[in-house]
Amino acid sequence: MKGLKFILTGILFGIVMSKSEAISWYRIQEMFRFQAFHMYGIIGTAVILGVMAVFLIKKYNLKDYQGNLITFTPKEKSIPRYLLGGIIFGLGWALVGACPGPLFVNLGYAYWPILLAIFGGVAGTYLYGVVKDRLPH
Amino acid sequence: MLETLSQPWPWYISGAVIALIMVILLFFGKSFGFSSNLRVICAACGAGKRVPFFDFNWKDQLWNLLFLVGAILGGYISATFLSNGEAVQISQATIQDIQQLGFSAPQGMQPQELFGMEAFLSFKAIALLLAGGLLIGFGSRYAGGCTSGHAISGLSNLQWPSLVAVIGFFIGGLVMTFLLFPLIF
Repeated sequence: MKGLKFILTGILFGIVMSKSEAISWYRIQEMFRFQAFHMYGIIGTAVILGVMAVFLIKKYNLKDYQGNLITFTPKEKSIPRYLLGGIIFGLGWALVGACPGPLFVNLGYAYWPILLAIFGGVAGTYLYGVVKDRLPH
Repeated sequence: MLETLSQPWPWYISGAVIALIMVILLFFGKSFGFSSNLRVICAACGAGKRVPFFDFNWKDQLWNLLFLVGAILGGYISATFLSNGEAVQISQATIQDIQQLGFSAPQGMQPQELFGMEAFLSFKAIALLLAGGLLIGFGSRYAGGCTSGHAISGLSNLQWPSLVAVIGFFIGGLVMTFLLFPLIF
């Protein structure tokens, strides 16, 4: 079962997002209102440890489990797509109170109406694919 | 043990585990980014026949769909075995603010107004969830990533485009919270 390890990693993700309440609309509202440190603590800790981990992986040329060098693809340099796309994403994040991962974790909680937001997310992705060449990138 | 796990976990545990998940996926030869799954779902449904953006070998991304399935299972395990059923412990200031918008104080993980079964009977809730999802899907693909791909993977690799995206996330979130919420709710 080559795929099992990804399911197990996903389970860990779903549990940690649930148990730290990061999948909660209330927590996202609290974050955007700057009324608690909680979400900033989660993202901040992840980024600080992530920066250290990526630094060490690069410094010691670490390899993945198949023996291939772990490489990182730099993001294309541009402003409009990241800023405009980011703003559009942020509007939806605050409204639904979930980013793409938590949309699906909430399904495990049987909050079925979130299926509407997931459907919207797939439709929005499709719409982007249709109009992408007409947008500034 | 189970009792301890059933309490809400502190932010530093959560942040550390999220960084660990990113590292685990790197050691599996993959890159942590959840919103790509939405593109993969479009491609798997055959969108590549009409739109070139979805014409790629989506089966290479099956691992990410398995991660998605795991995320749902993780939610189910938390709700069923690791939950003490308590309300989310948000600050009093937030409770007052959302009550002014017509939301009740937390009784569980999510507000019933948007995520309870009664939402299916409310035209407004249906429209808001669809519209919000549309913005999430469109915006994350336009920006080339969401919270995991930019805020976690991108910032960890010190990519300034990811910082621009995260600043955008917050501009959008603040506009929605402070300018649009009073008009919507």
